[in-house]
Amino acid sequence: MQGVKEKALELLRSGKVDRVLGWKEGEFFYDLTPAVFESEAAAEKDFCYSLFSGANLSKYLISESKKEGKIAVFLKPCDSFSFVQLQKEHRIKRENIYAVGVQCDGMCDAEALREAGCDWLTGVEDGEILTVHTLYGDKAVEKEKALLGKCRSCKSRRIVDYDELIGAQGEDISSHRFDQVAQLEAMTPEERFAFWRGELSRCIRCNACRNVCPACSCEKCVFDNPASGAQNKAIANSFEENLFHIIRAFHVASRCTDCGECSRVCPQKIPLHLLNRKFIKDINELYGPYQAGADLDSKPPLMDFSIQDPEPSIIYSRGGSGK
Amino acid sequence: MQVKNEWKPTIVAFCCNWCSYAGADLSGTNRLQYPAEVKIIRIPCSCRLNPMFILRAFQRGADGVILCGCHPGDCHYTTGNYYARRRMTLLFSMLEFLGIERERTRVEWVSAAEGAKFAATMNDFVQTITALGENKKLEDLRCKE
Repeated sequence: MQGVKEKALELLRSGKVDRVLGWKEGEFFYDLTPAVFESEAAAEKDFCYSLFSGANLSKYLISESKKEGKIAVFLKPCDSFSFVQLQKEHRIKRENIYAVGVQCDGMCDAEALREAGCDWLTGVEDGEILTVHTLYGDKAVEKEKALLGKCRSCKSRRIVDYDELIGAQGEDISSHRFDQVAQLEAMTPEERFAFWRGELSRCIRCNACRNVCPACSCEKCVFDNPASGAQNKAIANSFEENLFHIIRAFHVASRCTDCGECSRVCPQKIPLHLLNRKFIKDINELYGPYQAGADLDSKPPLMDFSIQDPEPSIIYSRGGSGK
Repeated sequence: MQVKNEWKPTIVAFCCNWCSYAGADLSGTNRLQYPAEVKIIRIPCSCRLNPMFILRAFQRGADGVILCGCHPGDCHYTTGNYYARRRMTLLFSMLEFLGIERERTRVEWVSAAEGAKFAATMNDFVQTITALGENKKLEDLRCKE
């Protein structure tokens, strides 16, 4: 947590950048929200980097990097994958950006802390065992239990692209992020249908997952079409949000870096990342391992093909899927 | 007069203009029968098929959707069906992941010379879907009349 705010202040003071993209406190100390700071005084007052800086800032660069002047941005390892993917898609102007990579040990989730029995939070001190200050006194919580869902299955601590680094460069981690997808695949179709209907019927169509996703950045979106007949939430039947969620995941398939923002922002706690991971898992198995955002040159698998590709019927014959 | 009220499925067949649509024509000129439940929608190339079209068809009451295109290697636009093949593989896998019956979607390569294959494919597909019954899992009451 050390040095990030100091770096932001230093960059603004020296005139190296005109603006800084970082985080500031919302209503509570634990709901940090992305913010742009245009002066040292503003950053001094509000800039905040803490255990709750889970938000991925790279999507904000689409509009911010097209403005006049240079902007500094702080990128955690997972954010840097989105940053590279956006460069690859020519969505951001790299020359206007000063990227500061920040090494990260995992970000915390206030909800997870509440589940661990800490309500009325007033402060959290970092460590392997977190010291959580609440109105009812201090509590000790293992950091592992307080992590954001996306941090529990962290895929890499490598910062792919940066101009400057705070902390050490890390490496890819062989995480078990596909385990839950595999578990679902092992169920019967009826069980899977019941699982997804239970999850997706909670959707309130707030579109937060779409709006936060760095890969989902079209200026005009199919789901804004008022003639679609499926624009709003309806209680007509219990699974009518399937189209939205399948297409949302499909539109970012092979470009999704698995940053996990969709699930983080979902107010209904739907495990949306599982849909994206299913696509990633399939792509890895059928077309070879691929990590979106890991480099600037490779072709996304859905914008590429091979003559030897399997026929669509392979998904019914290969192992893993429930019968 | 006796009126039969048995349920008939609605099948949407997306056919590529260059091969499969011509294949359907050929099966017609050869007087080969295939069920009237099949509604053909002509698309310029199998890769024109937006995955959303398939889901929209299901939302609006289709019971089965089949995509027919040129055989891999024979695409009028050289490579279109290769892209379609990857997309459909991933989409079908996702539908399977959500617990939708796998038989409801299919891809079949039918050339302009394969009128008999077209009729046989459609007969088989309609039979499969009739046995499977109505599509309830993917329908969307908001989109129905």
